[in-house]
Amino acid sequence: MAARNKYDAIVIGGGHNGLVNGAYLAKAGLSTLILERRHLVGGAAITEELHPGFSFTTFSYALSLLRPEIIHELELTKHGFMPLLMPTTFAPMENGDYLMFGQDKNENHHEIARHSRRDADAYDAFGHMMEQAVHGIRPLMDSIPPDITSKDPEERARLAAIGSYLADLPPKVLHSLVRLLTGSAADILEDYFESDILQGLLASSGIIGTKVGPRSQGSGLVLLYHSFGEHDGAYGAWAFHKGGNGGFTQVLASAAQALGAEIRLEAPVDHVVTRNGKATGVVLEDGSEIEARTVVSAVDPRRTFLQLLDPRELPADLVEDIQRFRFQGTSAKVNFALDANPTYPALPGRSDMYRGFINIGPSLDYLERAFDDAKYGWYSQRPYIDSCIQSNIDPDMAPPGKAVMSNFIQYAPYHLRESDWDTERERLGDVVQARLEEVFPGFGDLVLHREVVTPLDIERVVGLTEGNIFAGEFLAPQMFFFRPAPGWNQYRTPIDGYYQCGSGTHPGGCVMGAPGRFASQQILGDLAKRR
Amino acid sequence: MIRETPFHPRTAVANQTGLWSHWSGYLAADRYQMSDKFEYFAIRNSAGVIDTSPLYKYRIHGADAERFLSGVLIRDIRKCRPGQAHYTAWCNHDGWVMEDGVIFRHTEDEFLLTAAEPNQAYLEDLRGPMRVIIEDVSDEYGALALQGPYAREVLSKLAPEMETIGYFHLTPAKIGRVPVTISRTGYTGDLGYEIWVERDDALEIWDRLFETAAPYGVIPAGQTALLITRIEAGLILIDVDFYSARYSWNDDQRATPLELNMGWMLRDLESDDRAFIGRRAIEREKAEGTSRWRTVGIMADWEDWDRAYNARGLVPPKDHTPEHGGMMIYDEKVRQIGWTPSFVYSPVLQHHIGIARIRPDHAKVGTKVGLEVTIDHRYEMVGSVVTRLPFYNPPRKTA
Repeated sequence: MAARNKYDAIVIGGGHNGLVNGAYLAKAGLSTLILERRHLVGGAAITEELHPGFSFTTFSYALSLLRPEIIHELELTKHGFMPLLMPTTFAPMENGDYLMFGQDKNENHHEIARHSRRDADAYDAFGHMMEQAVHGIRPLMDSIPPDITSKDPEERARLAAIGSYLADLPPKVLHSLVRLLTGSAADILEDYFESDILQGLLASSGIIGTKVGPRSQGSGLVLLYHSFGEHDGAYGAWAFHKGGNGGFTQVLASAAQALGAEIRLEAPVDHVVTRNGKATGVVLEDGSEIEARTVVSAVDPRRTFLQLLDPRELPADLVEDIQRFRFQGTSAKVNFALDANPTYPALPGRSDMYRGFINIGPSLDYLERAFDDAKYGWYSQRPYIDSCIQSNIDPDMAPPGKAVMSNFIQYAPYHLRESDWDTERERLGDVVQARLEEVFPGFGDLVLHREVVTPLDIERVVGLTEGNIFAGEFLAPQMFFFRPAPGWNQYRTPIDGYYQCGSGTHPGGCVMGAPGRFASQQILGDLAKRR
Repeated sequence: MIRETPFHPRTAVANQTGLWSHWSGYLAADRYQMSDKFEYFAIRNSAGVIDTSPLYKYRIHGADAERFLSGVLIRDIRKCRPGQAHYTAWCNHDGWVMEDGVIFRHTEDEFLLTAAEPNQAYLEDLRGPMRVIIEDVSDEYGALALQGPYAREVLSKLAPEMETIGYFHLTPAKIGRVPVTISRTGYTGDLGYEIWVERDDALEIWDRLFETAAPYGVIPAGQTALLITRIEAGLILIDVDFYSARYSWNDDQRATPLELNMGWMLRDLESDDRAFIGRRAIEREKAEGTSRWRTVGIMADWEDWDRAYNARGLVPPKDHTPEHGGMMIYDEKVRQIGWTPSFVYSPVLQHHIGIARIRPDHAKVGTKVGLEVTIDHRYEMVGSVVTRLPFYNPPRKTA
């Protein structure tokens, strides 16, 4: 039977935003086709059995920023949505001690006090400041930003409304926001804390996925962004989805299909077809054409504008903006199948500290030195590692008694000086494994399988330009009004009927789903006007 | 002196929080770990082990045991074959529910009845001339509930017959050298089993179970986790969702089986010739439609919940700690039409849910109602909808 070749809407890319977008379009009654290049949906949010019985979260590995609206509107719980609470956060120290957070506020207080009594008190104040900042900026993140380039009175009014909203925030909250959005994570953390371990642990959220150090301006924004999620109403809390983040995208796919969307795998798109400035469909790499009046790109801005389209069809300013849009991926993954949980010498015989993030980044200096390598085009020789052993809270992930370990690594810049990632891949794996051996003596003996994912691999496999995990850096000039480019931050493109819905659009990455949802609102609004 | 269950030497070590409830005079861990939610997720994604030993247990046996029970319990015990169990209730003569519990039929003439409250005198007084012996064996057995999706896989390693045992069936088994009874029952609404073991063998069963189960992430789960799951499962709790007719002061406190969503137990009443206690009153209630309440589910509208809290500048709480109170329920004209005695934020459903008692004319599934919540000492109405029970009913529960 010949595949159907005409739909109301085509979504290019079956990552989480493409799936969200396709699900909403289908829910609104559009015949919707989601095209995925690979043999499975999920984009960077996939789970793969790379060693028998072991489920690897190859790329993305945890969940927090997913918008609650999406859970409800797409009825994800009916399809198995299950974010599993991480009851602990564990931060090993260089001297063999550690900082461990659990779910009891007062126990955490005493644990911090082991390192600094002052910090134990300041921790609550810091937490309250962050929650208020998140709560304050949430309405802006949870709506489509105005077009700052537009003279349209409606857009101008929306811009003015943002000004009024911010002016109405308590002055202290507004000031915290400005400090976070413009400053460094280190500046803010040093205001509150004196202990290296707490500074290092909290600063880690300020560098993840981004080519900044904790002392770089702009790391405050990344810190705020990573606090913007929630787990059942607790701001800044993270969870592991059942079955990994690939388990989550399978839930999304199931919801999208239940709403009527069709998903076609191994269907790479070559280009978007345009006629007279309008999108009319796509041509696949095999040459077949599929028609649709609405075409949505869930891939990153560079691919959306410069690969799927002929740049000559676009305004020169936009082409220039997209060419300048910074990707510069700087993160890698090294994942392991382990014969058992590793041993932490200070807590022999215990594994309850491995039920959430294990943060190997024990001080601001440690993180900043790791960044130093990246500044000069090399990967960190003592890297920051955000580790998790999901099998400790999700028995689906590894055979009983065994462990599967995901390690997010920074820094690993896409562009290496005097070498390339095909040469350095396993050496990076060795550097990471050596660091883990320092933290968990005997680690190497447990390794059954190792997977090294460099930024180049992220680009090759997932299609994220330069391996940037957010589909574009979280830098102030690339956010909000300017994501991905001034005048094109509302999911439309200069081509009628061609839209963007990936993490390169507002609000950004992190398995949030908001870009996919907002884009669907824009598309459905435009279609309603056309009628 | 508060008593300890047969598993106490193990639960005491496992309980890191030092928090215990008193359950029928026994210590029962509220939560073993700092996070009861972690225990909850063990039940929903791996398996949790709950020490349910404090239940009252009555061995009822003798030639007339079946005849005796068919006159006491509202569900027809004759349909419960040896090797099966029934969730059931018993009423007084006016058709008010006294209690609910599970009855296990071991053989033709031997049963075990579990109850939340003491029933020895009550049952004995109903014996008359029948040849039936009622023994309180509460202290003689320990009970562990293994509940969750991995329960079957884990238990089958210890007792292979678990592979095939059906929902609400039971079987004698051996774990190692220890004889036990295993039933496919529980209070979580999930795939699960209960292991009944003689007091002296209890610790061996605990040890063997965890030896096998721990690599699956199976952990002991406390009362809080159990109570979240039972609300999701739509299972009512005495002294919360209803009161024993025996100890109620007025009929407002009492409830009938039909009012407590137990109508399904009485489905075959017309073809059933038993003269059980309360039957005439129940028939009258059925015929005349005099039920005052229905027990249904209520689900708060998530957007309206968030709106109510956001309007006061607060982060909308999503707290999985069960609230056993009585939030009022109103119709569109703000007339009180019911209340919700059990309320919780369900992590697997991502919604606030409650078991509710609502007037029959407002109890249709889909009816929009208002739920009264207190926010910063002020009443707020949150839009809600009447739903079916149970809220959470995974196919694996009965598969």
